[in-house]
Amino acid sequence: MADYSWPEADRRALIGSRPARLDGPVKSTGFAKYPSDQNPSGLLAAKILTCPHAHARIVGIDTSAAEAMPGVRVVHVIQGEGSEIQWAGDEIAAVAAVTEEVARDAVRAIRVDYEVLPHFVTEEDRDGAPDARAAGERAEGDPDAAFATAHRTVERTLGMPQMAHMCLEPHGQVCSWDGDELEVHASTQAVSTLAGQFATELGVPASQVRIRTEYMGGGFGSKFSPDRWGIVGAELARKAGAPVKLFLERDQEVTVAGSRPSAFARIRAAADEQGRLVAWDSDSWGSGGLPGTGQTPLPYVFSRLPNRRTRHTSVPTNLAGSRAWRAPNHPQACFLTMAVLDDLADELGLDPIDFLERNLDLTGRADTYREQFAIAAEMASWKERWQPRGRTREGAVHRGLGVSVHTWGGRGHSSNCDVTVHPDGAVEARIGSQDIGTGTRTIVAQVLAETFGLELNQVRVSLGDNVYPQSGPSGGSSTVGGVTASTRRAAQDALREVLVHVAPRLEAEPEQLVAGGGRVFVDGDSSRGMSWREAAAQIGGAPISVQGRNPGPGRLISSGVGGVQIAEVEVDIETGVVHVERVIAVQDCGLIINRRLAESQVYGGLIMGVGYALYEEWIPDPVSGRLLNADMEFYKLAGLVDVGSLEVHMMTGPGYDERGVIGLGEPPVISPGAAISNAVANAIGVRVPYLPLTPDRVLDALAGRGGPA
Amino acid sequence: MTDDAKRSGLSRRSFLRGGAAGALSGGLAAGLLTGEAAGAAAATDAEAPDTVGPGPVEIELEVNGATRRLAVEPRVTLLDGLRDRLDVTGPKRVCDRGTCGACTVLEDGRPIYACSRLMIESAGRSITTVEGLGSPDAMHDVQQAFVENDAQQCGYCTPGFVVATAALLARHPAPSEQEIEAGLGGNLCRCGTYKGIRAVVEGAGGGGVSGG
Repeated sequence: MADYSWPEADRRALIGSRPARLDGPVKSTGFAKYPSDQNPSGLLAAKILTCPHAHARIVGIDTSAAEAMPGVRVVHVIQGEGSEIQWAGDEIAAVAAVTEEVARDAVRAIRVDYEVLPHFVTEEDRDGAPDARAAGERAEGDPDAAFATAHRTVERTLGMPQMAHMCLEPHGQVCSWDGDELEVHASTQAVSTLAGQFATELGVPASQVRIRTEYMGGGFGSKFSPDRWGIVGAELARKAGAPVKLFLERDQEVTVAGSRPSAFARIRAAADEQGRLVAWDSDSWGSGGLPGTGQTPLPYVFSRLPNRRTRHTSVPTNLAGSRAWRAPNHPQACFLTMAVLDDLADELGLDPIDFLERNLDLTGRADTYREQFAIAAEMASWKERWQPRGRTREGAVHRGLGVSVHTWGGRGHSSNCDVTVHPDGAVEARIGSQDIGTGTRTIVAQVLAETFGLELNQVRVSLGDNVYPQSGPSGGSSTVGGVTASTRRAAQDALREVLVHVAPRLEAEPEQLVAGGGRVFVDGDSSRGMSWREAAAQIGGAPISVQGRNPGPGRLISSGVGGVQIAEVEVDIETGVVHVERVIAVQDCGLIINRRLAESQVYGGLIMGVGYALYEEWIPDPVSGRLLNADMEFYKLAGLVDVGSLEVHMMTGPGYDERGVIGLGEPPVISPGAAISNAVANAIGVRVPYLPLTPDRVLDALAGRGGPA
Repeated sequence: MTDDAKRSGLSRRSFLRGGAAGALSGGLAAGLLTGEAAGAAAATDAEAPDTVGPGPVEIELEVNGATRRLAVEPRVTLLDGLRDRLDVTGPKRVCDRGTCGACTVLEDGRPIYACSRLMIESAGRSITTVEGLGSPDAMHDVQQAFVENDAQQCGYCTPGFVVATAALLARHPAPSEQEIEAGLGGNLCRCGTYKGIRAVVEGAGGGGVSGG
């Protein structure tokens, strides 16, 4: 039975080091061709007509004027007469034309008559919702008795709205048919699974659908499916007999192509005189648009809290359905829980870190959190600088510190990888994965080069194409574990085959040989060896090709991580403006393949976190049912100067490395909302109950008004 | 007349005439979306009014050092003209409203949002996109610094940030916080690469990176 493992720490040349991402130069020079950059010969441009009403029935549709326009090649009705439309922005018809401008003209020329129906888009008003439905109730212990005898209890109503994924490259694709073979350049997180979904809808075998995604401009959980516009794009291309580019306009991207569900809750939590949590009661609700939402995992992290009752209500709205947003459900559950626990600590007169530490046995990873609290507190000089609420001020500007903890799984997904060693010494990996900006291409190359003892530039990695062996969609922090495990297994097997051929030449057993420093040699006697090129020449005329799979044997990956974050803010109590001064993140993720890319993931999570803590929200208009900010002027992302100083500490080395590779994309984005909200409460002395922490909400809280969500 | 005034309005007409002649002699840029080229109404008529369009207009401009001639409707933005007609796809269309900076290019050395400029306004001018600053084998210092500081993830905002950073550093080799805000506050990233971008800009004072 072959052994699959990572090299010991003193034998790692590349794993755990900081090489620059391999596709850095093509990206920073603009030479990288994204799906939206593909301009095949004869290309047509497509645009979609969307519904302006949040709820309506189509009474009539007339496309004749559009069809008669010069330059228009195909007009395709997506939802015709009699269709009931459930959200503004839903797709009604599409046009393929010789230019984008003509396609837009044609879309405007389509006449649709609607019967406008009543809509509901403001789910924070649960009582006003027409279709709110109970979505689960759980109880454990005796919460009523525990609250009755508790030392201190807090009760809060808190919430955070729906927000957008806001991928910079919009959703879309370029579709080209050659006979009944379809090629799709798709901006997707799921190269290997997309073909089957296109095939089913289009009535062609999946074997005739090619998906290509060499680069893509961000997904964050919203790009797993062909979507309706993908199928429509393929239909337009088939009807036109020409390639069709269809990417959403920005207003469509914001409105229909991805949002994170909202979460609101009325929560009571109680502790005893020792600062031990004894009771929890939460009544939560939220919406992910028309489908509503599932249960938010409360209480978060401190999930073994005794005497708890949780109720959840799903509130459907006339808004497009939500999608998985980086760490689904966790940022919401984290904010709702950590804000209440922070308020309870204040009620108890305890330092929040002290309070959380007293309750770590209610979490799944007490030792990790304890170690992380110590490191984070040290980085923040917490002991010297933290003060009880509202005591740190200079004139109108108040400063505060806040803390939060989070958890995530991150187990590697199903993945197959082909590794080939050529007789000339060339080594390559082919894998049907995708690099969504996380650095997948680079880490696969590191594993490959490490295994064969080569430099990074001596190996080749091909991905982003479904002709390569299937590898899972990039979601849930599952990619790094999946692709490194399948690559390592294939590479170790391929190397063993090479060593069998090399061993007789070195008068050794294959098991005695190792690869390193561009050579193959007898372990412990490097003089008995040969160059890698010479070693590869021993395999004969045909290359060695091996497939590695995940899951599989050997302890290469695992799951389950913890993280602690501390935020420091300044709040101007006259203007209500919050500025994040500093965010500290202490994070574990098992064995780190590339330190530089791992840190980038954490920085990115913190920056996205500052965005949703301070700026980002969908603002639906209750009157029209449309989003008031389906753009980038009024849907605010954090900018370069908004994010303060960011400091990251990765937990590595003994005790962490042995766990193998664990994903990292999700965890760092979970805590910022809670940590920043807690820092604001620490600064101004009151809880601002809703995210994002906009000036109006801060001023409402200071004035003693709960304020609108 | 100022230079700018000479380049706009009436004075462009004579330039457009020259451009059209070039197009007729076969120099028309191979439009990728070519539907309008055949119907191009060249503004060559001496009696032509002082307005152009709405049909395609022949123009000439310099893109990354090469002279490009094409017929383009006045309503087409510089960004869409570059991407759709000239296959210069470094500049990205993201917000399409002058907010995010992903389409930033240099026009006669000055950074502009290509989504907020009509292509015909750039007639006679010199456009430099991110591809014009350097190539993967011969990167501009700023491009190299983006790689070394991992100032990019998905990379879709990167072309705009690289051009804006190069322009900032050309003007202010060691920029102050206010200059950084003014120079890069008009660019947005979704993956969260600001830490690396800040390192690029702040490292510039150390002599590693030069602008323009």
